[in-house]
Amino acid sequence: MTTNVLILGIGNVLWADEGFGVRCVERLAETHAFDDNVRIMDGGTQGLYLLPFLEEADVLVVFDAVDYGLEPGTLKIVEGDEVPRFMGAKKMSLHQTGFQDVIATAQLMEQCPETLLLIGCQPVELEDYGGGLRDAVAAQIDPSIEIALEKLAALEVRARKGRTGSNDLADASIKRDAYEGGRPSEDEACRIGDDRFFPERA
Amino acid sequence: MAATPNGFDLDNSGRRIVVDPVTRIEGHMRCEVNVDDEGVIRNAVSTGTMWRGLEVILKGRDPRDAWAFTERICGVCTGTHALTSVRAVEDALGITIPDNANSIRNIMQLNLQIHDHIVHFYHLHALDWVNPVNALRADPKATSELQQAVSPSHPLSSPGYFRDVQNRLKKFVESGQLGLFKNGYWDNPAYKLPPEADLMATTHYLEALDLQKEVVKIHTIFGGKNPHPNWLVGGVPCPINVHGVGATGAINMERLNQVSSIIQLCTDFVNNVYLPDLVAIGGFYKQWGYGGGLAGKSMLSYGDIPEHPSYFSPEQLHLPAGAIINGDLSTVHEVDVRDPQQVQEFVDHSWYDYGTPGQGLHPWDGVTEPKYELGPNAKGTRTNIEELDEAAKYSWIKAPRWKGNAMEVGPLSRYVIGYAKGHEDIKNQVDGLLRTMDLPVEALFSTLGRTAARALEAEYCARLQKHFFDKLVTNIKNGDSSTANVEKWDPNTWPKEAKGVGMTEAPRGALGHWIKIKDGRIENYQCVVPTTWNGSPRDSQGNIGAFEASLLNTPMERPDEPVEILRTLHSFDPCLACSTHVMSPDGEELTQVKVR
Repeated sequence: MTTNVLILGIGNVLWADEGFGVRCVERLAETHAFDDNVRIMDGGTQGLYLLPFLEEADVLVVFDAVDYGLEPGTLKIVEGDEVPRFMGAKKMSLHQTGFQDVIATAQLMEQCPETLLLIGCQPVELEDYGGGLRDAVAAQIDPSIEIALEKLAALEVRARKGRTGSNDLADASIKRDAYEGGRPSEDEACRIGDDRFFPERA
Repeated sequence: MAATPNGFDLDNSGRRIVVDPVTRIEGHMRCEVNVDDEGVIRNAVSTGTMWRGLEVILKGRDPRDAWAFTERICGVCTGTHALTSVRAVEDALGITIPDNANSIRNIMQLNLQIHDHIVHFYHLHALDWVNPVNALRADPKATSELQQAVSPSHPLSSPGYFRDVQNRLKKFVESGQLGLFKNGYWDNPAYKLPPEADLMATTHYLEALDLQKEVVKIHTIFGGKNPHPNWLVGGVPCPINVHGVGATGAINMERLNQVSSIIQLCTDFVNNVYLPDLVAIGGFYKQWGYGGGLAGKSMLSYGDIPEHPSYFSPEQLHLPAGAIINGDLSTVHEVDVRDPQQVQEFVDHSWYDYGTPGQGLHPWDGVTEPKYELGPNAKGTRTNIEELDEAAKYSWIKAPRWKGNAMEVGPLSRYVIGYAKGHEDIKNQVDGLLRTMDLPVEALFSTLGRTAARALEAEYCARLQKHFFDKLVTNIKNGDSSTANVEKWDPNTWPKEAKGVGMTEAPRGALGHWIKIKDGRIENYQCVVPTTWNGSPRDSQGNIGAFEASLLNTPMERPDEPVEILRTLHSFDPCLACSTHVMSPDGEELTQVKVR
C-alpha cells in the first residue's frame, strides 16, 4: 500500500516569523518534486479546515514557528506522540491553539496520521504586523527542508530536484518575495503598537 | 451608579472579576466585570487585547491582490474577507460580475455561513450548555430513545451507536488528554442537561466534525484550493466546461454533482440534527433569559446574498439589510455606507489617536495611529495590567457607531431586522420556533435568541444554497459559461483615483471594507469588522457596546467560574483576530480568572 504523505506549513505570514512554516513549504515546492502520494500544502491560519487532509494522510510533516524558549532561530524537532503534547506545552500564536486542537480532534475521531513529525523554529520576532521573516529564521528554511527530506527518506519517501506544481500553495501576491518586497515604508504606515510587544521602545 | 445615554445603569463599586483571555474564540479578548453582593453583573468592560493594522500593510499594493492579504487575517471567515475585498475593488472600478460568478460566490458565502454556524454551535458554544464529562454517566438506551423522540428521521440513533461513542469519549478522557474539553467548569450548577442529553449533544459534536470535513470541499471545487481558496476581481477564478471530465480543473458535471450532494448533506444535518438539538437543549435553559443588551434596541445589518450580480439594493438581498434604533421595531432605517455621517469610528476609549477628542471618522477617511496609554485608575503596569480604567482608553478595538448609535450585528440582528420588515421566510421560521418552544417574541432578545437565530439562519442558508445552485445549472444549460468580467482587469483602464466599498454579512455580522485607489495602487484600506461593532468600547458620549450591554444584570452562580460570561460572549461568535492584534507575549493559555 502506498504511504500518503502530507507536508504542511502552518502559520500567519502577516506576523513576521509566524510565517516560517508557510515559507518552508513554498520553498520546498520550488526546489523539489515528489511522487503523487506526497501532498505539499500551505495550511495558513486554518484550523478545522485541515481535518480532511489529515484524515487522508499516513505521515504528517508540519513546519511551524513554535516557542520552546530557545535561542531565536533554533530548530526543534519533535516526533510521534510527543507532537501534540509539545504543541500544547507552550504556545503563543492563534493558529497554534487551533492546530493542537486539530490534532486532538483527529485523535478523537481516530483519524490522526500514524507518523507525526514537527519541525519547529524558535522565532526572533512575531510582533511586527505586515513584516517578513527575520534573517536567523529565514536561514533555517533550507536546513529544515533537509531534515524533513532525511526523515522522509527513512520512510522510503524520496524527493527529486525539481518543482512541485501544487494548487495547495499561496497566491503569488503573498509569496515571500512579493510580500516582503511590497511592504509599505514605516513613514507611510505606522508599525509601533503597544509596550507589551515593544518593551524596548517604551 | 451611572446611566449611559443608550439606557444602561452601570455600577463599578462591587467586586471586580477579570477573565483573560476569553477562550474558545478566534483571537484574544479580555473581559472585566463588577458584581454586586448577590453576584449580579453591574458593570462590564470588554477589551480587544490585540493590535491590528491591516490597513497599514496594504498601502501601495495592487488592489487586485488585496483579497489574498485579507484572507490571511484570521482562521475563520477567510473567504468572507476575500469576498468583501473583491466587492470593494469592483465597486470602486464599476465592475459588474457575470451571473454565474454571482451564483458561485453566493454558494461559497452561504456554505461558509452554514459551516461557521455549525462549528460555532457544536465546537465553540455547545460546551457552555453541554457537559461532555456528564455524558459519561448517560444510559445509551435512554439516549437512543431521546434521539428518536427529538429527531425521528436521523438515522444514527441506536443504543449501540451511543454506547460506542461513550466508550470512545471515555478512552479519550481517561488518556488524560481532555484536550478539547479542558478549561471547563464541569461541576458548575449552571449546567442543566441530564446525562442523556449531554451524550446526545456530545455525539453530535463528533458528527458535526465529520460533516464539516465534507462541507468545506465546495471551496476547493470553486476556489481551486482550500484552505485559503482563490478569488478574482471581476468574477470567480474557475472556468466552466460542462463537457470536460476529471476531478480537477474546470467546473464540469461531475463537480456540479459533487456540489449538489454537499448541499444535500448540509440540508439534512441542519434539519435532522442542528435544529432539533437547538430545541432540545434550549428547552432546558428556557428560564435563562439573560444576555439581551442591545438586542431589540439597536441592531444593524448590511444585508447580503444578492439575487442579481453586483446589485446591492436592500430589496434584492436575501439576507436583510437595515438598522433598528431606540427599540423601535416598526421602523427599519436604510443604511448608506457611503454617507460620511452614518458609519463612523471613534477612538476616545481605544488605543488610537485622531488628534481631536470626540471625533468620528468615516472609514474612507480612517486613520490607524496607535496610542497606548492607561488611565489613572488602572492597576498594574503598562506591560502587566491587573485592572483596566474604563474611564480612559482601554481597548485595541475602535468604537464604530451608526449615526452615533452603538449597534449589535450578527445573525440575530439579521433576523430581527428581517422579522421587523416582514421577510416571509424569516418570519415563518421565527414564529414556528417560538410556537414550538412556547416563548414570546421578546425571548429572542437574549443570549439564547442569538444562538437560535444562528440555527434558523443555517437552515435558510441551506435553502438559498439550493436556489443558487439551480440558478447556476439552468444558466449553464442555457449556454452561458462566463465566470469573469475582465474588461477592467488592466489598470490602464482605471481612473486616476477611485474609491469603493464592499459589504458582506460574515457569519458573525456586518463586514465592510473601504478602499481608496490612486494611480493603480491602494491608497487607504479600512475594514470595519463585526466584532468591532459588537466588542466596541465606550464612545465619547458614554454609550456602551453590545458585549458590555449584554453582560449587565446577569447573575453568576459562582463568580470565580465565569460560565455565564462565556455563554453570553460566545453567543456573538466573536472573532478578534481581525479586529485586534495579540497581547500576551508568552501566550498564556489557561484563562486567568481573578476576583478582586
